[in-house]
Amino acid sequence: MHKLLVDNPGQKSLLLGNEAIARGAIEAGVAFTSTYPGTPSSEISLNFFQVSQESDLYFEYSTNEKVALEVASAAANSGVRSMCVMKHVGVNVAADALMTLAYVGVKKGLVILTADDPYMFSSQNEQDNRYYGKLSGLPILEPSSVDEAKEMIIHAFDLSEKLQEPVIFRTTTRINHSTAIVEYGALKERITKGDFTKDPFNYVTVPAVSRRLHVKLLENYKKSEELTNTSEYNFINGTGPYGIICNGVSYGYVSDAVNDLCIKDKVKVLRIGFSHPMPKSVIRDFFNGCEKILVIEEGEAYMEEAIKAIAQENKITIPIAGKTEDLLSRLYEFDPALVRESMAKYFNIPYKAIDKPDLTDIPEIPQRPPNLCAGCSHRATFYALQKASEGMETIIPNDIGCYTLGFMPPLSVGDFLICMGSSTGTAGGFAQTTDKKVISVIGDSTFFHSGIPGLINGVFNNHNFTLVILDNETTAMTGHQPNPGVDMKGLNFEGYGQISIEKVVKGLGVQHVTIIKPYKIRKSVEAIREALDFKGVSVIISKEPCTLYEKSLKKKQRKPFYVSDKCKKHKDCINDLGCPAFFIEDSNIKIDPAMCTGCAVCAQICPENAIMPVKDN
Amino acid sequence: MDITRLIITAVGGQGNLLSSKVLGEAALLSDIPVRMSEIHGMAQRGGVVESALLFGDVKSTIISDGEADVLVSFEPAEALRAMNKCKSETVVITNLAPLPPFTVTIGSGAYPDIDKLQDLISSKVSRLIAFDAVALSKEAGNIMAVNMVLLGALAQTGILPLTVENIKTAIKTRTKKTFVETNLKAFDLGYSEAEKQN
Repeated sequence: MHKLLVDNPGQKSLLLGNEAIARGAIEAGVAFTSTYPGTPSSEISLNFFQVSQESDLYFEYSTNEKVALEVASAAANSGVRSMCVMKHVGVNVAADALMTLAYVGVKKGLVILTADDPYMFSSQNEQDNRYYGKLSGLPILEPSSVDEAKEMIIHAFDLSEKLQEPVIFRTTTRINHSTAIVEYGALKERITKGDFTKDPFNYVTVPAVSRRLHVKLLENYKKSEELTNTSEYNFINGTGPYGIICNGVSYGYVSDAVNDLCIKDKVKVLRIGFSHPMPKSVIRDFFNGCEKILVIEEGEAYMEEAIKAIAQENKITIPIAGKTEDLLSRLYEFDPALVRESMAKYFNIPYKAIDKPDLTDIPEIPQRPPNLCAGCSHRATFYALQKASEGMETIIPNDIGCYTLGFMPPLSVGDFLICMGSSTGTAGGFAQTTDKKVISVIGDSTFFHSGIPGLINGVFNNHNFTLVILDNETTAMTGHQPNPGVDMKGLNFEGYGQISIEKVVKGLGVQHVTIIKPYKIRKSVEAIREALDFKGVSVIISKEPCTLYEKSLKKKQRKPFYVSDKCKKHKDCINDLGCPAFFIEDSNIKIDPAMCTGCAVCAQICPENAIMPVKDN
Repeated sequence: MDITRLIITAVGGQGNLLSSKVLGEAALLSDIPVRMSEIHGMAQRGGVVESALLFGDVKSTIISDGEADVLVSFEPAEALRAMNKCKSETVVITNLAPLPPFTVTIGSGAYPDIDKLQDLISSKVSRLIAFDAVALSKEAGNIMAVNMVLLGALAQTGILPLTVENIKTAIKTRTKKTFVETNLKAFDLGYSEAEKQN
């Protein structure tokens, strides 16, 4: 049985934050779950996926976050508890649905999880999604720890049903990817089927309906203001003249700092866990007895702005600080020492920083950046692409996935990237305004997610670019989730369809479509060259399964290669491919047979034909 | 309860996350509060994987620079890279078998000299335990058991509030059945190596 399905209240387990969140949702009786995978949220959906294989929980990998939210909104309005999981930038994709769903509301609980990523461990920006609460008018809950996340998610479903509107559950990476001991609670029954009652004058958001629904949203907002003011998630610890207001993981750092600085009798801490709407009366009362207040929150000055406004309304003039240059930054994530030092500084508490060793004599350590795997098919495609476009002036808009790593030398494939799917849309703009050859690069999952509209745009507006679709038959970067192009039957999953990228592209009217097998370098170069010569939109589909995924599926492996004594050390293999299976030993070029996947790309480019498959003994 | 802060650093694929899981499970068995964090995602693409484990009465799940009580590194250059986490009282345990990053192969960086690296580390912290954990894992019969060798050495220092027995129980329950025997052997070899270096 899946560990998150165990019906054993009181059991203590070590859970990853994302597992704790999934467990909380299962305890709440969630019956319908949807997602588009994105770090740091991915393990929540992975666990839903696994649980759905052995229970009546419904789970789907949706095409993108907007679709994920749309399916979940319909499920919740058919009376089924639903959850929709995405990373922070995914909410941008879903925002169109979100903003008006806030008007329409839900019949049963709908929790929208946004996993924010301060410091951008694996994201293109570090936007603070608490502002989506303000923008949509929906309530936001945010936990401070893994164990609290599990409990809070159950409450989020109840809150959603109480208010008849979706609740945004905001985490940050250090909740998602932290591990702690979590106590299991009782499992609520899953109700997987409901019904939808027609009520077009409340569901069909034409202007006349929406004008009324906005009134309803604002009335709901008043209700949530009452709820946030009495919420157990907005609580106060301690008494004293120093006031600290904090949220999320900062609460942990503050609590530890209060102990470290021995200021328990001087500090009063307000932890905000129900952060939209902000609890006005709780904050107003909190001001009483405070000499000064420090607001400690990662990301934007979301709480600080609200707190200062509340102080103004109440004619409170005590100093309130947070995001200022010498205290706390809007940049990156916080850490315990940073919070401790800021508290000491702001409240004038004597503080001696830990004695750190002098590290100035440590030599520069070679970087260890993430790299495309040994034998990655993207490397082969990128090499062929560079060869095919040799001598041309190019612009290469790339996209989001493992292949983004190809922008690093020596492959250097990637010039412009702003969001999922942007490679196809930006291609048209570059092609129109420059005389350079535009070659866009996108993965299979990202193509389905949001690459298709940009391609349609290119065909319709007659832009001149080549789109290379890297079809590795999985969503590799986030942990090998399926996508609409994947042969699910081949993976022993029943009940799925499969969409052919080739048919989609041809169906959109692209005149020049070629499928290449990227490990065949010469043919691939020729095919890409022809596509580059084509005027208009041309598409190359580079088809080769992700080698890492193949390995994990224990599919038949190819023989590794070795560098024979014919090698004259041109080093084209190393300098042009950057494959991590290569290493240099006593100035000889070697291939690690444990890493080599036998893709044979290096063997094809070696001017001496010195690279050969390892022979059987 | 005293707080103990441990950083484990490794190269993706070396089994860092499993060793953290074993220690977390051992803490659960010992009724010791534990919080851990790790950065996922790029591990399989050859990047650095760093875990933080905090034992005792603490709410944070990460460790600031200069605040680790113990640093365990699965790779010598990575030990050096993680020195910013250490203070003068820190105990550092490192594997000495290098895994040169690809940047060295393509000539954009030089791998540090192993002897000099050890001198540098010992000069900055209270104790350095350094040995070839790959050789010991081979001796135990499983080259993938570098993580278990290092757990053994870590257990020997007695810095964590965990008993050897509980860590071994966690190895038995949390690692793959077919590897339990070699994992335990690897653990013991690491333990005796650290004892020798005491």
